[in-house]
Amino acid sequence: MAKQYETVIGLEVHVELATKTKIFCGCSTAFGGAPNTHACPVCTGMPGALPVLNKKALEYAVAVGLAMNCEITRYCKFDRKNYFYPDNPQNYQISQLYLPICRNGSVEIETKEGKKQVGVHEIHMEEDAGKLLHGENGQESFGMEGLGEGNCSLVDYNRSGVPLIEIVSEPDMRNAQEVIAYLEKLRMILQYLGASDCKLQEGSMRVDVNLSVREAGVAQLGTRTEMKNLNSFRAIARAIEGERKRQIERMEAGQEVVQETRRWDDGKGESYAMRGKEDAQDYRYFPDPDLAPVAIGEEWLKGIRAAQPELRTERMARYRQAYGLPDYDLEIITGTKRIADFFEETVRLCGQPKKVSNWLMVETFRLLKEHGMEPEEIRFSPANLAKLIRMTDQREINGTVAKAVFEVMFEKDIDPETYVEEMGLKTVNDEGTLRRAVEEALAANPKSVEDYYKGKEKAVGFLVGQTMKAMKGKADPGMVNRLVKEML
Amino acid sequence: MSALELARRIKAKEVSVAEAAQAVLERIEEKEELYHCYITVEPEAVRRQAKELQKRIDNGEFTGPLAGVPLAVKDNLCTKGMRTTCASGMLGNFVPFYSAEAVRNVEKAGMLLVGKTNMDEFAMGSTTETSAYGVTRNPWNPERVPGGSSGGSAAAVAAGECFAALGSDTGGSIRQPAAYCGVVGMKPTYGTVSRYGLVAYGSSLDQVGPICKDVADCAALLEAIASYDEKDSTSLRRENTDFASALKEDVQGLRIGVPRDYFGAWLDGEVKTAVRKAAETLQEKGALVEEFDLGLAEYGVAAYYTIAAAEASSNLERFDGIKYGFRAEGYEGLHDMYKKSRSEGFGAEVKRRIMLGTFVLSSGYYDAYYLKALKVKALMKKAFEKAFARYEVILGPVAPATAPKFGESLADPLQMYLSDIYTISVNLAGLPAISLPCGKDSKGLPVGLQLIGDCFQEKTLLRAAYTYEKARGDFGLPKEAAEREGGSHGETI
Repeated sequence: MAKQYETVIGLEVHVELATKTKIFCGCSTAFGGAPNTHACPVCTGMPGALPVLNKKALEYAVAVGLAMNCEITRYCKFDRKNYFYPDNPQNYQISQLYLPICRNGSVEIETKEGKKQVGVHEIHMEEDAGKLLHGENGQESFGMEGLGEGNCSLVDYNRSGVPLIEIVSEPDMRNAQEVIAYLEKLRMILQYLGASDCKLQEGSMRVDVNLSVREAGVAQLGTRTEMKNLNSFRAIARAIEGERKRQIERMEAGQEVVQETRRWDDGKGESYAMRGKEDAQDYRYFPDPDLAPVAIGEEWLKGIRAAQPELRTERMARYRQAYGLPDYDLEIITGTKRIADFFEETVRLCGQPKKVSNWLMVETFRLLKEHGMEPEEIRFSPANLAKLIRMTDQREINGTVAKAVFEVMFEKDIDPETYVEEMGLKTVNDEGTLRRAVEEALAANPKSVEDYYKGKEKAVGFLVGQTMKAMKGKADPGMVNRLVKEML
Repeated sequence: MSALELARRIKAKEVSVAEAAQAVLERIEEKEELYHCYITVEPEAVRRQAKELQKRIDNGEFTGPLAGVPLAVKDNLCTKGMRTTCASGMLGNFVPFYSAEAVRNVEKAGMLLVGKTNMDEFAMGSTTETSAYGVTRNPWNPERVPGGSSGGSAAAVAAGECFAALGSDTGGSIRQPAAYCGVVGMKPTYGTVSRYGLVAYGSSLDQVGPICKDVADCAALLEAIASYDEKDSTSLRRENTDFASALKEDVQGLRIGVPRDYFGAWLDGEVKTAVRKAAETLQEKGALVEEFDLGLAEYGVAAYYTIAAAEASSNLERFDGIKYGFRAEGYEGLHDMYKKSRSEGFGAEVKRRIMLGTFVLSSGYYDAYYLKALKVKALMKKAFEKAFARYEVILGPVAPATAPKFGESLADPLQMYLSDIYTISVNLAGLPAISLPCGKDSKGLPVGLQLIGDCFQEKTLLRAAYTYEKARGDFGLPKEAAEREGGSHGETI
C-alpha cells in the first residue's frame, strides 16, 4: 500500500502598508511614477541622511496585529540587516529581528473541512528595496540618452523605503485550500483595516511558501523548502501541489529533501533551486543606532484599539440587524471591503438595502466577471446606482430599460438621469398614448384577437408584447397589460 | 582676535565681512602649504558670499553674536554644492545636494563658510594622518600631528586660518585635537546637535561640536548649532540652550571630582603636573576638589572600539561605487565591482575598522563582543551616574601625552587606540565635555584639560571652564611657541 503523506505549510507574507509616505522619510509611496522621482537622501542612502519612523506605519502594523489577536511589543525598535545589493541603497535593510512589533497571534480560517485556527508567529516591520532594470548588450537604453552601451543596469529607488510588514505564520496549514483560505482572510483583514490594498500583481502582497512533507503519523517535521515568485493565488496553489509532489518523489526515491530556496516558474509549472542553506548569508543583525526606540504607551494603544475599523464579521452582523439581509447576500456583499463600502454608501443615499444588494450581487458581479475586473476597479458611483434604483422605484423606467442603462453606466460611468432623458428612455404612462398603441396592436393582429375570444388566454401576452414592441420597450408594462384586457 | 570680538567689530562697522574674509584667505594663502588644514577652499566663492552676507547683516537679517564670522567646517559635514570628502578617496567627487543641519544652523547665525577641513578618513584616527589628502601639521610644531580626527579644524583655529570651526567627536575627535593644538573644543550631550548630514562613523557616539579660540566663542558657537531636528530621531528637545549666559567667573562651592584612575602609569608626567595645577587653580577659586575612583576606564577602550567599529562597518556599507563616489575601473560583474571599489576607495585604517566591526557582528561572535561591549557601555553610564551624584564636574586630562610626531601613533594602532582612554568613556555615556589648554610641556606643546559634566550640564562646564580660563590668563597662539623654538612658523592676526 502506498504511504500516506502529510504536507506542512507555513507562510511568510510581505504586505506593503497603505501609508502616503515612506517608512523612514517623507517621499511618496505612490505606485509607478518616473524612476527616482519619489526619492530623497534618506531612501537613496546618501551620506549623512538619517531615518525617522513614520508613525502611521507603526499604527497600521499595530492595528493589523490587534486584528490578528497578537501581543503587541511595547518597546518598538529596529535592527539593521546587512547585505550588499544595488537595490538596497544603504546595503543594509532596516527591519526588526530582536523585537518584532507583534507576536503570538492567530486567525480563523474556514474551508470545506470546517473552521481552523492558524497561528501567527510574528509580524515585523521593515523597508522595501528599490527595483533593478537590466539591459543586455546595448539592447536596452531605457529611453535615456547615452545609456545602453554594453551591459547596463539601472536602479529605481521609488519603491525603496516603502513600509512593509512581514506576517510569519506558524506551520499550521496542511494543503493549498487552507493556504488560500488563510491568504484570503489576511487580505480581508488588511483591506478592511485600510492597512494595505494587497495587490499580488503590483507586488503590494508577496507570499513565500515554506513547505515540508512527512509520513502520516510522524511527529517530527520534514526538511522544508522556501518557494518564492508566487504572483497569484492560482500560482500559489499550483506551486504547493508541485512542491508536495516533488518532495514525495524524492523521498520515495530514497533521496533527501534539501533545505533551499526555490523559485516558481508558473509558465512551466515547475520550480528550480535559487540558493541552498550553505549559501545563507550572515546578515550581522544589530540594533539600528539611528532610530531611537519608541515606547508604546497604554493610551496610544487604546487609541488604536478604539479607532480600529469594523472588520468583516462585525459588518455582517450590523447589516443583518439593520437591513435584515439574508446570509447569502451578506456573504457576498461583505466579501470585499470595496463592495461593502459601496453597498453602504448606496443604501445611505437611496435606502433600499435589498435592491442595492441585488444590483451588486447580480448585475455588478456578472459584468465584473465578463470584463475580468476586480471590485476595486468599479468606475460608477454609489450616487448613480442610487439614482437608477430611485428611477425604477418611481416607475420612471421599467426593469428592462434599467438593466440596459446599468450596463452603460458600468462601462462609461454616465449619470443615469441625464442618459435616460437624452436617450428618451422614460416609461410612457400616458393613458391616451397607450390606448392608441393598444388599439393599433389589436387592429394589426386580428388573428390573436380571435384566438382570445376562442379562449386562448396566451394571446393577451402576445398582444401586450406587440404593444411594448411598438412603444420601443418604454411603456409601463402594468398599464399596457390592463389596457389590453379592458379593450379586448 | 576672538570670533565674538570680530562679530562685535563687524556689527559696529569697524570691520567688514569682506575684510575679515580677505584676512582669513590671505592667512590661508600664506600658511596652507605648511599646515594643510583644509581639503577644500574656494576663495572666489568665499569673497562673493562675504559681500552677500554683509548686505544681509546691514539689512538686519543677522543680528546674532557670530554674524559675519569666517568658520571652517570639518569635511564630514555635508555642505550643499560643496565637495564633502570625509578625507576619503571614496568620496573625492561627492558634492551633496543638501547641507547638514549643523551647517544650516551656522548659516542661520550669519556665519561665513570658509572651507572644509582635513580629518582622519571617515573620522577614524587620532592624528589626521589617515586622510587621503595628506597630513595636517600642528601649528605649535609642524613636526607634530594636530591630533584627530578633527585635526584640520583644530589646526585651522590655532593657525588663524579661520575664527572658529566645527568638528565631530565620536571618541574624542574634537577634544583631543583641541588639546594638541591649544584651543577650546567641546563635545555636547548626545542629541544636542542634529547628526543629519554628518557622515556617520559610530552613530550612537557621534556628536557635532565647536572648536574655538576661547571658552566664550565655544559657548556662542554651541548655542548656534544646538537645535532639535525632526530629521534626526536621536535629536533631543532641550531647553536652556542659551549657553553664553553661563559665562560667569564663579566656581564657589562647585563640587569637582578628580578620578584617581585617570592619573595612572600611562599618563605623561608633565601632563599630570599641568592638569593637577589646573585643579588647584579651580580650588583656589572656591571649588571643592576631591579625588575619587571612577573605575572601568581600561574597559572603555575595548568597548568603544567594538561598538564604534560595529556601527562603522554597517554605516560605511553604502559606499559601494553604485550611487555616488568612487568606482574602480576594470571590474567583472557586481561582486568584483564592490570588492575593487571598496578595496581601492578606502584607506588602511578604515578597512581595519570595517573588518573589526564585521567580525564582532558576525553570528557566533555577536554575544561575545558586541553584546558584551554594550554591557560595558551600560556599566560605564552607571559609574558616571554614581560619580555625578557626588560631583558636578569631573576633571582630568584629555590625552595621556602631548602631540606626538608623525608616524609614531599609526605604527602601533593599539597604542593609538589606548591614547583615547580619557575621552571615549564620555561618548559611551553620552555626556558633555570640554577641552581647554592648561599649560605647555617642556617641548612647548599645549596640554589639554578636560572637564566632564552630567547630561545636559553644559552650562556648568562652561562656567567652570570660563572661570579657569580667566584665572589661567591668556594662553596665546602658536606665535610664541614658534619664536621660543627659534622657528618661523605661525603668527596671529
